Amino acid sequence: MSAEQAIVRLAYLLAAVLFILGIRRMRSPATARSGNIVSAVGMLIALVVTLFNNQIVSWWEIIVGFVIGAVLGAVAAQRVEMRAMPQMVAAFNGLGGGAAALIAINEMYRAHVGMSSPDFTSTLASLLSTLIGALAFTGSIIAFGKLQGLVTAHPVKLPGQRYINIGLFVIAIGALVWALIAGGAQFAAFIVLVIAALVIGVAMVMPIGGADMPVVISLLNSFTGTAAAMSGFVLQNDVLIVGGALVGASGTILTRLMAKAMNRSLTNILFGAIGAPPKGGPALAEEGEKSVRSVGADDAAVALAYASSVIFVPGYGLAVAQAQHQLAELASLLESRGVDVKFGIHPVAGRMPGHMNVLLAEANVPYDKLYDLDEINPQFDRADVAVVVGANDVVNPAARNVPDAPIYGMPILNVDQAKSVLVIKRSLSPGFAQVDNPIFYMEKTMMLFEDAKKGLQELTSAVKEV
Amino acid sequence: MNTIVAELTIFVLAILIGFELISRVPVLLHTPLMSGTNAIHGVVLAGAFLVAASKGDGVTAILGLIAVIFGTANVVGGYVVTDRMLQMFRKRPEGETGGRSER
Repeated sequence: MSAEQAIVRLAYLLAAVLFILGIRRMRSPATARSGNIVSAVGMLIALVVTLFNNQIVSWWEIIVGFVIGAVLGAVAAQRVEMRAMPQMVAAFNGLGGGAAALIAINEMYRAHVGMSSPDFTSTLASLLSTLIGALAFTGSIIAFGKLQGLVTAHPVKLPGQRYINIGLFVIAIGALVWALIAGGAQFAAFIVLVIAALVIGVAMVMPIGGADMPVVISLLNSFTGTAAAMSGFVLQNDVLIVGGALVGASGTILTRLMAKAMNRSLTNILFGAIGAPPKGGPALAEEGEKSVRSVGADDAAVALAYASSVIFVPGYGLAVAQAQHQLAELASLLESRGVDVKFGIHPVAGRMPGHMNVLLAEANVPYDKLYDLDEINPQFDRADVAVVVGANDVVNPAARNVPDAPIYGMPILNVDQAKSVLVIKRSLSPGFAQVDNPIFYMEKTMMLFEDAKKGLQELTSAVKEV
Repeated sequence: MNTIVAELTIFVLAILIGFELISRVPVLLHTPLMSGTNAIHGVVLAGAFLVAASKGDGVTAILGLIAVIFGTANVVGGYVVTDRMLQMFRKRPEGETGGRSER
């Protein structure tokens, strides 16, 4: 190894260490921002050092590509609303996966035209990188489309989707093995692999419904990480291997956490059970027989203003209504009256892991008031009012006690244990899982039939008058 | 053969460190964590630099150029958006409510 190569590799080591230290600082919100900067410095070192590589013979691709990419990335990142963060992450994810796939495709092309002769392991890494990167690319595009509302958020399933997906995987793996054995000589097999991988990404994400997106995004994230690590094997570049492995691990952990939060296995989510309209009569059939206590904003405001402890439970409906600022305003008004206010946040309250926390942080809710499921559940029985805004399935006790409900076993926020419950909701319609919610019919529940934003505004002005 | 074994060692150890690190990040920060790690896998940009600018023909130049654009957008966008999110997490609100991100 020449001295020059040694310096490059030591610089890569430094970059990898900075990535690790950066993520480590994400353990606390107080140090997280500096952690992101540490990680960015690591990135800068890795990139700058790479430019000194003597393989580089032409600069225009790097300069032109960098300028275009930097402008696109920076403008998108500055403009995006916090509500749209999941699709932003999906988009960046797709770009990363696409880049990894393009690197591998490039290497395979070089081998094909005789510009290089990669060995067996390097070819294998290229093929894997192509497969994973390409499916992460199209999968992320579909996920982006669904979250952005460009593609229907409803699950789109062909008859026998499961078998189609399995067939596509068999084709992809077959093409991969063929291309691997034939080396660079069999470019047709490689093209089949690329196309199959692109189609798999679409076929995998199309059947998945909007509320299952947190799992999909996490999974695509782990794919892209793995693809990046594979490119590291292709190019024998340590920092790519470490960076990719870290992301792969992170995506895998988040995928597992999200699946656990929905009490569903990954196969169940990918091949889907929930999301189809319920068989038989609609879930509301018995509505007439149960009594619901509908209240106006004034009555609800009295209950809130004279409570000593209130727990807010926001769900994705809050984000859709863009009402997080109104919620924060009501919360701080109650606090100024001496009410103890907390927020209970379900892991799948948003469209990606931790999404709701970001939305509330944006509305200036201090993070020490945000509690996760395990922290807040023991506190509900001491709360005077639990306020449910834009959430449904995640507070549905059917998950605890109705074994044949599709959400049975899913961990929920125990709002039914609070002394009273206020639900702000436009109608009694069931949530994503199409399961009727017994909370609505409890004696201690007040229903404020209103859109989240308008309901919270009315409550705020009513509390001011109390 | 030596190289691939060494690389595999690095890969496996990095995954284990990753599991160890990530499992300690609080749920509160999972979104910035994901976008931050997202930016990290943008390190494929280093690879894109190499393949874009190495000796090749028109095809490799175009493939490389697109890879550089993708990778750069991933890296730059990822870090910027993560920073934007993390600066919103604070203990007590300063000043009035309603953030800078309202537009």
